[in-house]
Amino acid sequence: MSRAHSPLRPDLAVIASHVEPGSRVLDIGCGDGALMLALREEGCDVRGIEIDGACVERCVSQGLSVVQGDADRDLGDYPDKGFDYAILSQTLQTAARPDRMLDQLLRVGTRAFVSFPNFAHWRTRAALMLGGRMPVTRSIPVSWYETQNIHHVTIKDFQELAREKGATIARDWYFAGERPVSRAGANARAEFAVFELAR
Amino acid sequence: MNTHSQTLCLPDPLPLDGGGELARVEVAYETYGELNADCSNAILLCHALTGDQYVASPHPITGKPGWWERMVGPGKPIDTDRFHVICANVIGSCMGSTGPASEASDGNPYAMRFPVITIRDMVRAHVGLLDALGIARLHAVVGGSMGGMQALSLAANWPERTERVLVIASTSRHSAQNIAFHELGRQAIMADPRWQDGDYYGGEAPDNGLAVARMAAHITYLSEEALTEKFGRNLQDRDAKSFGFDADFQVESYLRYQGSGFTRRFDANSYLYITRAMDYFDLAEEHGGKLADAFAGTDARFCLVSFDSDWLYPTSESRHVVHALNAAGAAVSFVELSAPHGHDSFLLDVPALDRVIGGFLG
Repeated sequence: MSRAHSPLRPDLAVIASHVEPGSRVLDIGCGDGALMLALREEGCDVRGIEIDGACVERCVSQGLSVVQGDADRDLGDYPDKGFDYAILSQTLQTAARPDRMLDQLLRVGTRAFVSFPNFAHWRTRAALMLGGRMPVTRSIPVSWYETQNIHHVTIKDFQELAREKGATIARDWYFAGERPVSRAGANARAEFAVFELAR
Repeated sequence: MNTHSQTLCLPDPLPLDGGGELARVEVAYETYGELNADCSNAILLCHALTGDQYVASPHPITGKPGWWERMVGPGKPIDTDRFHVICANVIGSCMGSTGPASEASDGNPYAMRFPVITIRDMVRAHVGLLDALGIARLHAVVGGSMGGMQALSLAANWPERTERVLVIASTSRHSAQNIAFHELGRQAIMADPRWQDGDYYGGEAPDNGLAVARMAAHITYLSEEALTEKFGRNLQDRDAKSFGFDADFQVESYLRYQGSGFTRRFDANSYLYITRAMDYFDLAEEHGGKLADAFAGTDARFCLVSFDSDWLYPTSESRHVVHALNAAGAAVSFVELSAPHGHDSFLLDVPALDRVIGGFLG
């Protein structure tokens, strides 16, 4: 990747380098705006939604257009295909209804990027199978009782949901930490996945 | 800080939403900072109900510092080293712009002959001022409370006139509760025998009624938490209750002080007219009933800010505007800031607000 976004999380770096420069982008759950800043440098018209007030304040202070809101509730306000891309990074598993959020994503964006931690990673499987307890791992670092991840999902589950929703997977990327993982066996070997979807 | 106080007489009569027009409209305004060569660094600041053009310069009657001195000045979030800040007294008010206390064509004050005006009429006068100043497009329009209504009205009705719209602690429409509190204030004024159907100029003004109106309104500007924190049930300069109706409690004494102080600087009829304009404000109604249509095709960037302790114009009202702007495809930011002071938070020390304003204005 030739662009100067080295501090970006690997999934965000993938997304940043595959969004067409100059696109209209909605970043759902934009956090502190790292991806938005990278995309702004690419000449994109980027908007964000973020639930955490302190994050929103940081974004707005940097001149980003971010609305404090709850994506579960507020995505419905955005017009159909108002964006070239709708991006949901590490947020799907926190949604009240991930299936409905995916619908909204594919409604507001011509294309969508989705990234999420893969619950079927071998470390997670091992923790549950051998330890008999809900896993706390590098990609799922918070205990079951305080995690925001209320809908854990695996790569296979997501592929199936995308199919059910009539979405095409245009491209996919898999990672273990910073390291890319091939598609073969990704459901066990990848800690997180990034999908580019279209419908 | 350095300021220029000026009054402009609009060259043409001002058409009014209520029908007819207002002739010889004067607009009193202050400016801070230099206008650049291509006139692209102007910020129009819109004041609230009882505010005025003295944003960052001492008030000529009370001598108190400007109402937003903490926000406007060299190196401050609204940086007058970079921006040319204009603040105009709204029409209907009493600090130099044409209002009910101004002279009508017969040489007597308008009093209740002054036409009922709207927020959009106020903004139409602002636009007349911008025309006269040669400012085709603002860097930003900024306002809190009623000032936010003006900012929204400018964005909806003169979308080509501003690049940015910053709306703080405001609303796109007055709620039943908002109208109810204003009606209480108006009735207090009109029930004062000195009001004389508005014809009190030259005699004693209905200060008692105006003070009660201000007291009631002031309660709506503060949160319960702020009142409790500031006063609790503390007694005023006494050790025990008086078993009378003096201001036993500190909060009573404070409200009385706020009420009587207000009458020194504000005209009762102006209070009637401006509260009416706010009550009539409903931006969706002006645009066929759908708020998103008010902003159709806008290319301005918007930023809305609410405060979690503001029950006068609560966060839900800002969200309502944000939803409409999203539906219209506008570039919008919104943040609910945490501050304990209620509606008045926008005037007080809230560092997060400084950062948001500075960041949004760029």
